[in-house]
Amino acid sequence: MKLITAIIKPFKLDEVREALSAIGVQGMTVTEVKGYGRQKGQTEIYRGAEYAVNFLPKIKIEIAVKSEMADAVVDAIASKAKTGQIGDGKIFVVTLDQALRIRTGESDGDAL
Amino acid sequence: MKLLDYKKVALGLAAGAGALIATTGAAFAAAAPPDPLNSGDTAWMITSSALVLLMTIPGLALFYAGMVRKKNMLATAAQSFGATCIITVLWMIIGYSVAFTTNPDSHLNQFIGNFNYLMLGPMGLKAISPLAGTIPESVYMFFQMTFAIITPALIAGAIADRMKFSAFMWFMSLWLLFIYCPIAHWVWGGGWLGSMGALDYAGGTVVHLNAGTAGLVACLMLGKRVGYGSENMAPHNLLFALIGASLLWVGWFGFNAGSAVTAGYNAGMAAAATQIATAAAALGWMFSEWLIAKKPSVLGMISGAVAGLVAITPASGFVNPTGALIIGVAAGVVCYIASVWVKKWLGYDDALDTWGVHGVGGALGAMMTGMFASNAINSASHGWLIDGNFGQMWIQFIDVAAVFVYCGIGTFIILKIIDIVIGLRVSREVEVEGMDINLHGETIHG
Repeated sequence: MKLITAIIKPFKLDEVREALSAIGVQGMTVTEVKGYGRQKGQTEIYRGAEYAVNFLPKIKIEIAVKSEMADAVVDAIASKAKTGQIGDGKIFVVTLDQALRIRTGESDGDAL
Repeated sequence: MKLLDYKKVALGLAAGAGALIATTGAAFAAAAPPDPLNSGDTAWMITSSALVLLMTIPGLALFYAGMVRKKNMLATAAQSFGATCIITVLWMIIGYSVAFTTNPDSHLNQFIGNFNYLMLGPMGLKAISPLAGTIPESVYMFFQMTFAIITPALIAGAIADRMKFSAFMWFMSLWLLFIYCPIAHWVWGGGWLGSMGALDYAGGTVVHLNAGTAGLVACLMLGKRVGYGSENMAPHNLLFALIGASLLWVGWFGFNAGSAVTAGYNAGMAAAATQIATAAAALGWMFSEWLIAKKPSVLGMISGAVAGLVAITPASGFVNPTGALIIGVAAGVVCYIASVWVKKWLGYDDALDTWGVHGVGGALGAMMTGMFASNAINSASHGWLIDGNFGQMWIQFIDVAAVFVYCGIGTFIILKIIDIVIGLRVSREVEVEGMDINLHGETIHG
């Protein structure tokens, strides 16, 4: 099993979710986060006091999938989240040791 | 048929009774002195008082609270609210007496009123102040109370984010009694500045220069906030500040037009002048900022409006619309430079620009009142440019200087005493963690 974490631009969330649904992903966890990479923020000015806003709002998506599906999921996210501008985000894949569906007790592949 | 008869009889009786009452009333009127009370003036003045109170709660409370960081919003609003409460009581107990009664010693009356109005004892139901002959004294006292409330509350802007609530409440109380009340008496209560001919319709010097000067002294004494110049102190919610500024704008009609103390021509022209100057000042600040900083900010346009309100305050009942327009534009541009650029160059932490807007705006407005006051608008005034009386500029300057010096020194003494006894500033730990949770045990959630 793999745990896929993707940091994407907030306005791309709906497109990514639809694409994942289309390839059979049945659930995900979404968090609002802040971050920066190469994309710099804006400067705010309040009566002469300037503040550079370093952190930009992003969306983090976490999906647990069977290993066979991982590549398809990564491709789906990458293709839909891309704009070509700095700040599109990143995708990380880590190996998942265990998974459990709490309601039924199903484990590992059956839980996903 | 019978119904019509009853109607006729009833009408006849009513007419007869009416005639009886009218003639009896006339007879009584001839016997007793006519009641000087004017219901139009009274209604307007009660309304004005409520409008001016609205300026502090929640106008000023929201204006300031919206501009500070989230961790200090409640504490900032608490300063306006707390000031309202304590000053109301102190005004009733002694403030009104000191400011607006006549001291039997004419020499002393130049500087301070009488002490016989403690607890408003002599103020009966039908009492009327010689300073406002057509309204109940209870209304005049309440009207002046709302001015006494907002003036010290304004000072909170300069020392935002770092003053203890206990020290603040003491400061409000002592400043009201020793600084505001005497100065109000000097200009409006029969004292030396008013007698000299100083023109301050609604408090450009008594309220705004006064509060602004105190703010400047206070922010210098308290020192800069931790992290000033390096940490992000962006306003938490500028929409609150906009709502607050809008409440200030609308409430200000009670402030300026209410200072006519009557409901008539002067009140009307003061209201018109107020609206014109405020909008002009907002544009003045907005366009200055657009030109220099490339973007017109919301904070800028609402600050410009407040600057205009401040500057037109002393002039409102003395100037014509053109004078109001010029005063407004000048205030917008000058206060923008003072609050943004001069403050940056000199480096003091006047957190919410109490000096930059109220101090500078008040002084500017007072001087421009001398320039644009018109005898045609208000027979009590002879200004420089329209009436040719340059001497008025000198009188205005003395007013400005006297308020600045007395307030500056007095504020310093009061704050020094409070600092020695209980300390003015919160600890560094409290300041960094936040005033709301530490001073009041509350937080804004979400």
